[in-house]
Amino acid sequence: MVSFNLNGRAVSVDAKPDTPLLWVIRDQIGLTGTKFGCGAGLCGACTIHINGEALRSCQTQVSDVAGKSVTTIEGLSPDSSHPLQKAWVQIEVPQCGYCQSGQIMKAAELLAKTPKPTRDQIVEHMDGNICRCGTYHNIIAAIQLASKEG
Amino acid sequence: MNAIDKTTLSRRGFLAGMGGMSFAIAMGSDSAQLFSTEAQAQAAAKTINAWVRIAPDGIVTIYSAGAEMGQGSKTSLPMILAEEMDADWSKVVIEMAPADRDVYGYTFNKQRGMSIVGSRAVMLYFNDLRMAGAQVRKVLVQNAAQRWSVDAKTLKTEPGFVVNPANGQKLSYGELAATGTVPNPLPTVEAAELKPRSEWRMIGKGVPRRDTPEKVNGKAIFGLDVSVPGMVYATTLHAPVHTGKPVSWNDADIKKMPGVLDTVRLDNGVAIVASSFVEAKAAREALKVVWDKGAAANFDSDAALDAYAKVSADPKAQVASVEKKGDVNAAFASAAKTFKADFRADHGYHAQMEPLNAVVRIADDGKTAEVWEGTQAPDNTRDEVAKSLGLAPAAVTVHQCYMGGGFGRRSLGDYAAECATIAKQVKKPVKLVWTREEDIAFGMFRPASFQHLEAAQDASGKVTGWKHSVVGDGGVLLLTGIRIPYYQIPNVDIERRGVSNGIRLKHWRAVGHVFNVFAIESLVDEMAVASNMDPIQFRIEKMAAIPKLRRCFEQVAKMCDWNAPRPDGRALGISLSERSGSLGAGVVEISLNKDTGKIKVHKVWLAVDGGTVVTPGPAKANLESGIIYGLSGLLHERITIKGGEVQQTNFHDYELMRMSDLPEVMEVHLLDSTERPTGLGEVGNPFLGAAVANAFYRLTGKRLRHLPFMPDRVTETLVS
Ligand code: FES
Ligand code: FES
Repeated sequence: MVSFNLNGRAVSVDAKPDTPLLWVIRDQIGLTGTKFGCGAGLCGACTIHINGEALRSCQTQVSDVAGKSVTTIEGLSPDSSHPLQKAWVQIEVPQCGYCQSGQIMKAAELLAKTPKPTRDQIVEHMDGNICRCGTYHNIIAAIQLASKEG
Repeated sequence: MNAIDKTTLSRRGFLAGMGGMSFAIAMGSDSAQLFSTEAQAQAAAKTINAWVRIAPDGIVTIYSAGAEMGQGSKTSLPMILAEEMDADWSKVVIEMAPADRDVYGYTFNKQRGMSIVGSRAVMLYFNDLRMAGAQVRKVLVQNAAQRWSVDAKTLKTEPGFVVNPANGQKLSYGELAATGTVPNPLPTVEAAELKPRSEWRMIGKGVPRRDTPEKVNGKAIFGLDVSVPGMVYATTLHAPVHTGKPVSWNDADIKKMPGVLDTVRLDNGVAIVASSFVEAKAAREALKVVWDKGAAANFDSDAALDAYAKVSADPKAQVASVEKKGDVNAAFASAAKTFKADFRADHGYHAQMEPLNAVVRIADDGKTAEVWEGTQAPDNTRDEVAKSLGLAPAAVTVHQCYMGGGFGRRSLGDYAAECATIAKQVKKPVKLVWTREEDIAFGMFRPASFQHLEAAQDASGKVTGWKHSVVGDGGVLLLTGIRIPYYQIPNVDIERRGVSNGIRLKHWRAVGHVFNVFAIESLVDEMAVASNMDPIQFRIEKMAAIPKLRRCFEQVAKMCDWNAPRPDGRALGISLSERSGSLGAGVVEISLNKDTGKIKVHKVWLAVDGGTVVTPGPAKANLESGIIYGLSGLLHERITIKGGEVQQTNFHDYELMRMSDLPEVMEVHLLDSTERPTGLGEVGNPFLGAAVANAFYRLTGKRLRHLPFMPDRVTETLVS
């Protein structure tokens, strides 16, 4: 049993210690907003927060988060009210949408640390997150919008 | 539908579990309850035609047949219908249409189909949906006329209501549906009864995409997110050589591994079934399979292109004519000047963000089955799953899920059928998930090709003869974009020389356009340079570009200020774009790092005539998406095959464009038009190959003739 805090609540799961957190969250706990894109730390679709830091859940063993605080897209806000989520809707960023949980979680880390990022800071921070539908320009615009209004 | 139920259930399960310190893992109980509640609610609503239901409370449910892979069709198709029936959009609920092509399909090449490939959604459904909407409106108006004992012709509608302008009386669509009757047969609608453009409230303006809110909070259900009670997990190892078959494998060892429930022999691979995906994946990695490699065992993608070049030059090679017009030989014999050039292109991989997956549940009696999949073609999925289970298509229900990208890969129902085969053997509901490595290794690629082009100019410089020969595997996939109806050249000879290699091939966002338009527009640029003419003027004057294309060129020239000087080390390149009835012209501004061979695309301008634009926001986003997809394929992506095996394995060696590669300027413009809508999903990328190569020529005096333009290849070209 590994116990940790997930989206503000205590959870315990019965999983082998080296199980990637991604699959624990998705298949055991049933929160499917966090996505599987590469399984190898290369795309960012599986990005979540661990103690506030954006990390890749496919590269994180469940045992690593024992006692820690994990946030997924479902826990970013209770009602899609995070400034980034609002900006994402306003600009209609998503196309297929598959990468967007990871993009938003990665962007949320940026705004938490750098509330008014420059374009270069945004690009540098977000560069590890692939969007195959090519929504990069809208992601930048949405982060800028959220940073103004947030 | 179940996919949706599942979210509700697992969310509920999740929240319930959160009450205490420990968390129980429950993937939801059976969803039959929700199902029947909803069925009851629907029973009270009136079905007017196959597409629409109106409930007494005014809620209008419209089916969408537009597979949603990011283009926005799930919203735009029902919006077209809602416009014509004058529905109150805030009361419209969208559901995905059942996988029945006879009812919900479009007609293309005299066949019914639901497959959304070739940017077909809006283009092919536009008229049918407008007629269906007008039919619904007519029924509602007739009912109101009866109630009020007035002539239907005197009545009007406004969103959600029939109104009588004479006395201001109003009846809501909900009230009418509650008591009204639906005539059988339904009234017919003449084209003249459709709303005039001036009265459109939504078409041309758009509405917010309905899928956006659930794509920012993790609630959108993709195929990968579906779970059903009692489900087990499967993953596969397909033959590393595409023509391969499994002979034997370390079955006993694999079955001893933790969580492994079974192994399944597939025609072209081995599936492992386990109680979790993680366990299935671990077993996949431990699989040791003896393969019969088959015909593609020695395929080498570089050597293949050299072999294609020989076929291209071989007068005895088998030729399939694509188009013959005028007398090409005479045009070349009497030419003042002739040109010829060869071009090559490597294989490309879709790399849709969501690795392929499906869920299949077969009923206990084996007589029916359900499948959950994100598919571009629910009808094909139904057929393929039915075939693999020995059932009639009507016995299979397809639950359409969101797709994490499609790009042409997901229209065959192949992996859903594979999942059905596995579910049949293990007698349990199965969720099949391919790893990314599997998705690449057993990919279906944009074909590699070799192109030989020739052109003849008469004494006045007019292009009078055109020859284009494409060599490769993939049949018709090689031919999209090979015809040049936009240039009025009198003598044309276009042909294909087919080769068979056994490598799996498929549509890939505009497929053949990628290499055909690259070759065509590179040669045109060469001729313009040799003629000492501006490339736009050359196309208009010497290639007799049709007016629609000419307008695109003129528009893009304005957008990029075509004649303005550029900074040192920068150059512009131009090309037309074309796909699914849409025409365009695009310009790129590039620079080159001569040390690394890296091309940087700084600015992109694209003008497109796509006919009537139904939803401008998503239309623009589709074009921009096409540009990024195209640039990624052009500058970053290359599949190579050695010994029959794909060499790339994941995104570290099959790299995709990232945010730092984004052009600083990306401007797209849709020309005003009152023509019917044409495809916009794929016209965003075909121009990029030639535009970049033509800019590269202006910068360096060298021609790039082999797609993609990876740095090593660019460096080779520079020293050549
Ligand atoms: S799935 Fe974790 S980085 Fe791609
Ligand atoms: S929206 Fe499709 S991958 Fe980003």
